[in-house]
Amino acid sequence: MKTVEGKVVLLGSQGVGKTSLVTMYLTKFFNTHNSPTIGAAYFTCNIKLEDTIIRFQLWDTAGQERFRSMAPMYYRNSNVAFLIFDITNPKTFVNIKTWVLELRRNVQEKMVLILIGNKLDLAALRKVDSDEAKVYADSIGALYYEISALTNEGVDKVFSAAAAGLKQLASGKNDLVTSLKIYDNLEKSEREQPDVPLSEEPFTTSIAHGIEKKPFLCC
Amino acid sequence: MASSASGSSRRVSAEEVLVVEAGIEPGASSDPILLTTDSFEEVEQELNSVGIDDPQPGSSSQLQQTPNSPVKRVSTFETLEQASSVNSDETDELAQQLAQEHLDCDPLKSKEWLAQNKHIFVLSQAGKPIYSRFSSEDKLVTVMGVMQALVSFVQAGNDMIRSIHAGDTNFVFIVKGPLILVAVSKTKESVSQLVLQLTYVYNQILSILTQSQLTRVYEQRRNFDLRRLLTGSERLIDHLLNFMEREPAFLLGAVKCLPLQPAMRDSITQTIVQTCGKIKNLVFAILLANNQLITLVRMKKFFIHPADLHLIQNLVDSSESFKAAESWTPICLPRFDSNGFMHAHVSYLAEDCQACLLLLTVDRDVFFTLSEAKQKIVEKLRRTNCLEAINESMNKTSITTAEIGLPEMRHVLYKCKSTAQFWSPGFQAPYNNEKEIQRLIGCYQCLHHRLHVPNRPLKLLFQQTDKETMLAWVTSGFELYTTFEPLVTKTDAINSIGKLLKWIKKEEERLFILSSPTF
Ligand SMILES: Nc1nc2c(ncn2[C@@H]2O[C@H](COP(=O)(O)OP(=O)(O)OP(=O)(O)O)[C@@H](O)[C@H]2O)c(=O)[nH]1
Ligand SMILES: [Mg+2]
Repeated sequence: MKTVEGKVVLLGSQGVGKTSLVTMYLTKFFNTHNSPTIGAAYFTCNIKLEDTIIRFQLWDTAGQERFRSMAPMYYRNSNVAFLIFDITNPKTFVNIKTWVLELRRNVQEKMVLILIGNKLDLAALRKVDSDEAKVYADSIGALYYEISALTNEGVDKVFSAAAAGLKQLASGKNDLVTSLKIYDNLEKSEREQPDVPLSEEPFTTSIAHGIEKKPFLCC
Repeated sequence: MASSASGSSRRVSAEEVLVVEAGIEPGASSDPILLTTDSFEEVEQELNSVGIDDPQPGSSSQLQQTPNSPVKRVSTFETLEQASSVNSDETDELAQQLAQEHLDCDPLKSKEWLAQNKHIFVLSQAGKPIYSRFSSEDKLVTVMGVMQALVSFVQAGNDMIRSIHAGDTNFVFIVKGPLILVAVSKTKESVSQLVLQLTYVYNQILSILTQSQLTRVYEQRRNFDLRRLLTGSERLIDHLLNFMEREPAFLLGAVKCLPLQPAMRDSITQTIVQTCGKIKNLVFAILLANNQLITLVRMKKFFIHPADLHLIQNLVDSSESFKAAESWTPICLPRFDSNGFMHAHVSYLAEDCQACLLLLTVDRDVFFTLSEAKQKIVEKLRRTNCLEAINESMNKTSITTAEIGLPEMRHVLYKCKSTAQFWSPGFQAPYNNEKEIQRLIGCYQCLHHRLHVPNRPLKLLFQQTDKETMLAWVTSGFELYTTFEPLVTKTDAINSIGKLLKWIKKEEERLFILSSPTF
């Protein structure tokens, strides 16, 4: 059986429900005590799609402004981006547009974009128009889903769509997607080292770096 | 503080306890795992360096009087050169403004707000609100403006405002880089203790932003709204402040270890050393459980300061999200390098072993290398029954002094200075509810303060009140704070301390980390 391994990055403002979405998908459980993500959290999961196993490496990034400059480390080399906003909070929808511009500027390879309006269970408090979001999604070549990470509504669909998108990328004949890995069996892929995040320069690194230029290994 | 409310308190002559000193110093090590500069002493130095004597000399008479005499409203105003130009009217005005401000915007909650024991405020030098402990800081624009005005008023005279004392309230200020930090406290904590806490808050902010980033944003715009970069992180400061109120670790400038059989601890350490030894740029590997240290492996030449370890403990303790998945986060350790970020791979060992492993590197690209290393570490620890040993120790309730065979001793804090580690037993009656525990920690704070008064440090203090008798003892090797039944005789207390020290000595390899492994 063929295995396609790809990276998914979750982007969106703090509190829109990125972690809740991943957690609901993986555990079928909504954690009301979810605390904000610190830095980024890494998950993996497999989806079987007909004759192919799709293996996801998920980077659930932190929405807090202070981690903003880390984002390139995660979206570079990604094959799928979940762009998540909260349908009750228009600001989070506006922020998506900034993300898309940034991706456009910094990512060369073809990428599956999925726009996700979360907290559908709070539809009564909706502040982002469904049609407007759909039109916007079309304009950037993204799929659009409205979901609730609380009730699990639409969660599976998002992941199936991502899997299908990845599979399609993998079968692309003209554009070679170099960051995508395709194996003939799962075992091999597990032995391989996954891609490391691409180095960026968002942070000043500690001086310790400078101090130990010489080999220091010992044990 | 109850400890000094009704008590007789006097120095104990050195001879009286000399019997116990006989060459024991449990937990000492010539190869300490942590940096051992005493953070509290550093604060004292800071206070001294600006020529300020702590305004609470710690004599019990003053501690007694101040809170009980609301009529006699003592207002002293201490600054670098005793700026007499600011009088108590201004102090009162500030207090009133503080009160009024809140009445104006949120009258319902104001009583509650005003009744809070300890407020902490952070603002920029331009007077912009950044953080307030008990209310949203944007409701406090005026109060913060007053604070900023006070600071800059005194600064204009080439002076530095340190504290204001009005009735039972202490206002303590520190100015650090572009920030002003203020504590408004009705607790009996001393000015230096409050300065220490404010310094921790500042370091927490550095840990989130780094000093260079903090300086840069204000250089670019003096009026910068730092809350933009701190949203979501206020909870770290909230948690830190609560943490400091219940953990003696901060006061002592020390770290507590999870008790483990030395062979087990070695085996855990060796597993980490062997698995991570070849990973370039890995600076620290830290394993924590229940806020206690299991082991710490460091790169040669580099040490971690207890104050940085406290910030790491605060991060782990306040971030549930680490439990769900492996995380990769930048973190600045201000005492290690206040200008740079390290990158931390943070994960709990296993679903069935809730110890948290942090691998700190200066290399931002090694997440997967560290992730794999972690996997190997866990497999090996499982095979060698180390996970089980960790769980067993985590689940065991701490031994009490009664169980050690010291019936008259209720509780104790023992700090070994050379290793910056401390040990304390489980709480027992009457300290079996939050309120009594808080009171006991308060007593320890008082004792600690009285022993560390700059210029007049004490070695021994024996203090008897109707609630408990306390004996504190500082030697070159350790600090000891013991709590006894109120009616214990001095001889019994001293005997009991002798037994305690022997017990700690016997158990030292289990209670402390006595070597400092490197990669
Ligand atoms: N009603 C409702 N609440 C949700 C839903 N998804 C998440 N939440 C809540 O929104 C808050 C934030 O959820 P998280 O999943 O932590 O958000 P996040 O996007 O991961 O936030 P950061 O990690 O800070 O970027 C939590 O209180 C969740 O309980 C949803 O579908 N419906
Ligand atoms: Mg999250």
